[in-house]
Amino acid sequence: MALRWFAGVALVCAGTFPGVAHASGDAARGGELYSARCGACHSIEENGAGPRHLGLFGRRAGSQPVYDYSPALRASGIVWTRQTLDQWLANPNELVPGNKMFVQLANEPGDRADLIEYLSVATAYPF
Amino acid sequence: MANTMFSRRSLITRAGQLSLSAGAVALLAGNESLAGKHASAAGGNDVAILNVALGLEHEAIAAYQIGAESGLLQKPVLDVAVLFQSQHKGHRDALVATIEKLGGKPVMAMTADEYTRSARLKVSSIKSQVDVLLLAQRLELGAVNAYLGVIPAFGDRELAKVAGRLAADETMHYTALTQAMGASLPAAPLSYGA
Repeated sequence: MALRWFAGVALVCAGTFPGVAHASGDAARGGELYSARCGACHSIEENGAGPRHLGLFGRRAGSQPVYDYSPALRASGIVWTRQTLDQWLANPNELVPGNKMFVQLANEPGDRADLIEYLSVATAYPF
Repeated sequence: MANTMFSRRSLITRAGQLSLSAGAVALLAGNESLAGKHASAAGGNDVAILNVALGLEHEAIAAYQIGAESGLLQKPVLDVAVLFQSQHKGHRDALVATIEKLGGKPVMAMTADEYTRSARLKVSSIKSQVDVLLLAQRLELGAVNAYLGVIPAFGDRELAKVAGRLAADETMHYTALTQAMGASLPAAPLSYGA
């Protein structure tokens, strides 16, 4: 009974809170894609040419204080969720015209699902 | 394994490749038509893209320097690392010249200490020659994909062509490093970019 209750709560939380993993992508493959395609500019822990990704889910786009975002992204009002990340990775300049991310490296929906699955795990703040 | 693989003739007798850097410089910095084309918003984007590329080249140069000074690289691996670093320096010089020609301000490299402490390079975890090669391999693959990924974004097709040539150099580096470690080459076609 207790186990069933816990499973029910977990399902509700997974649908409610951004950043909670869904079984929709392959996180391991996503990690490889992240290193190969995003790693030149991004890392989880540290800003590079692109901003770091720690604490990504649920954060307002362009809101980390130490990174010099484009005015377009800061003003976008976007909050990073699985859905907005999917739109962003598919075509950053269609979602936010005038932003600074010029690279399109996740045209395939399966690649985006794997990347987002990885990010949902890797970017969570350690407790 | 790495040492054996790097001793292959194909990896160590590439003196001719040094001229690629000079060629790239000539292609970028010597193209007088680029300057006139970029007095526009699209030109501003191109400069921003080139500055991101320049940051990657600074990082690669620093990583190879760290590897070379680590005492972990043995000849002829060390020679190849120095060769690859020299090509990244050629890329850097070409990018700086082009950014300046377009009226932009080239980004500066970080200090050696900042690169050493960088979480992105994870230098503290390097304990062996293979660790150095893995770092270089990771950076080269990232650079390949970055250069391929920005090609559609350039407003100037000449710069897009240059990005393709830079990606070719980085792909050569990635392939050599991968084979040096005895790792598998990509099995699928069209494995770079997306």
